[in-house]
Amino acid sequence: MSDGPIVSVKDVRRDYRLGAERVHALQGVSIDVARGDYVAIVGPSGCGKSTLLNLIGVIDHPTSGTVTIDGRSVEGMSDRESTRFRLHNIGFVFQRFYLLPILSAAENVALPMAEAGVSKDERASRARELLKYVGLERRIEHRPSEMSGGEQQRVAIARALANQPKLLLADEPTGELDARTGEEIIALFRRLNDDGTTLIVVTHDEDLASAARRKIHMRDGRVVDG
Amino acid sequence: MLAIVGVAVAAAMLLDMVMLATGMRQSFRELLLTRGFQIRLAPKGTLPFDTDATIPDVASVTATLRQNPDIGEISPVLGGSIHIPIGDRDVSASVLGIDPSVQGDYELLSGRDLRAGDDVVVNDRLLAALGKRIGDTISVATGYDPQTRSYSAQRNFTITGTVRFLYGAADQSSAAMRRETLKQLNASSPTRAGDRASLFMIRVRQGGDVENARRWIESRIPIVSALSIATAIAQVDQRLAYFRQLAVILGTVSLFVGFLLVTTLVTVSVNERSGEISVMRAIGVSRTHIVEQVVLEGVVISLIGAAVGLAIGLVTARYLNSILSAFPGLPMAIDFFLFQPIAAWSALGLLTFSGIVAGIYPAYRAASLPIAETLRREAIA
Repeated sequence: MSDGPIVSVKDVRRDYRLGAERVHALQGVSIDVARGDYVAIVGPSGCGKSTLLNLIGVIDHPTSGTVTIDGRSVEGMSDRESTRFRLHNIGFVFQRFYLLPILSAAENVALPMAEAGVSKDERASRARELLKYVGLERRIEHRPSEMSGGEQQRVAIARALANQPKLLLADEPTGELDARTGEEIIALFRRLNDDGTTLIVVTHDEDLASAARRKIHMRDGRVVDG
Repeated sequence: MLAIVGVAVAAAMLLDMVMLATGMRQSFRELLLTRGFQIRLAPKGTLPFDTDATIPDVASVTATLRQNPDIGEISPVLGGSIHIPIGDRDVSASVLGIDPSVQGDYELLSGRDLRAGDDVVVNDRLLAALGKRIGDTISVATGYDPQTRSYSAQRNFTITGTVRFLYGAADQSSAAMRRETLKQLNASSPTRAGDRASLFMIRVRQGGDVENARRWIESRIPIVSALSIATAIAQVDQRLAYFRQLAVILGTVSLFVGFLLVTTLVTVSVNERSGEISVMRAIGVSRTHIVEQVVLEGVVISLIGAAVGLAIGLVTARYLNSILSAFPGLPMAIDFFLFQPIAAWSALGLLTFSGIVAGIYPAYRAASLPIAETLRREAIA
């Protein structure tokens, strides 16, 4: 494990085509995130927050610049390497929960563990623990269609924690939840961070952003504050 | 659901076509082997009962056949037609002259088999047409001359039993009597008089080589065509090539339609779940596993379709078989759609294979989804 920042983004640019137009989503962004930190990336829609999160999550590649996660540069990683890297190092939570509808809560949580080759017994045991951690010990065998939005998001958070990632990334995790349920997720994130998980959250939700230790403000593809 | 029904219909069609392509052949083979006669002799260049031609000098042919130690039973059969006057009407029927001790043409259903020269057995259709019962006497005439409206021979017979003719058509009224008796009835016919047979059925002794015996017969008796089961099937195959071609074409079309349906279904499913698939990729699920899952989806759809299609296929095959089996002139016992496990397995195998192939394109699409871009699109949507 590296002693430096868990996330180091240096002068990153990301351009992509939108129809005939070339969009400069990120224009020279540099940030570091320390281990155990809880960072909220905020800014208006289209400012490049999610693009930056995708680069940190190794599901996208920069047009130029470098992204280093836990001391490892993601540049030149093959698809197979980046997939394995995400599996073991990064947890994702999205605005939409994207749980597999045919699987129970426990099976959804166990899915990344199965991919990582964890034994069946250990998967079941760890999935139960994680669901208990997010307060869903009574919903273990329920399918997503039998759960509320807040419960589904908590299952998605448990799934993101399945392989004990070094970094948890969340893109608008409260975006589809009502205020009260959103507060529950905010509290859960705070608890996760208190327990040592590094969190980076992209959000428009002022309450969620305020819960973070640090805010990074973005505008027009640039970091303007933080 | 509708798409699954579509796959099931394509599967049913495929099963029916596989049954049609292989069933007739198998059914014909089983029919020929029903009574264990492996070789049939017909007048040179003809198929059994294909024409009115006959083989002359039965005694001499039989004597020649007896020289081959592999040849066991010999059953000469003489075909013809009879007329049975009933009141002011005249019932026509086909007749077989046989030797009841070695005959392989019918199964006795009720009453008793032929013993005396004036015994006759009839099928149910003829019995109904005559309005007679077992034990009744009928007058049987042969050699009808339309010019003089008279018969060359007429004789009374006792109906001793009802039978089912193995090679008879559903619409055919038929009777059987001893060949000697039919020979006597034909005695004054210029074309059918004498010791003649339309067909010889030959049983090869156990351990004997059927093909060797067949070749031996053709070399020793040049006036006959000797057909083994294999050669008979080859002849039938030639004649039924149209059905097989039709079955192959329709089966291929069904398979292709099923393939397109499964591809469409899985592609639509992948498109609808592109966000879900991208998230799976984001959390570390490998491309290989995504491909496996999508291909598996295609296979599962194909298998569900095949299971439902099997039931639909069997019902439609039975219905179509009942229509085609009633076709005039075809042996009742011939099944066009014969269910054989191999047919079901073949259809299942083809569908599973097509399900795998059908899943490849959507699987490729699913595995190639750009994760970040797809999630961005999903977020905007």
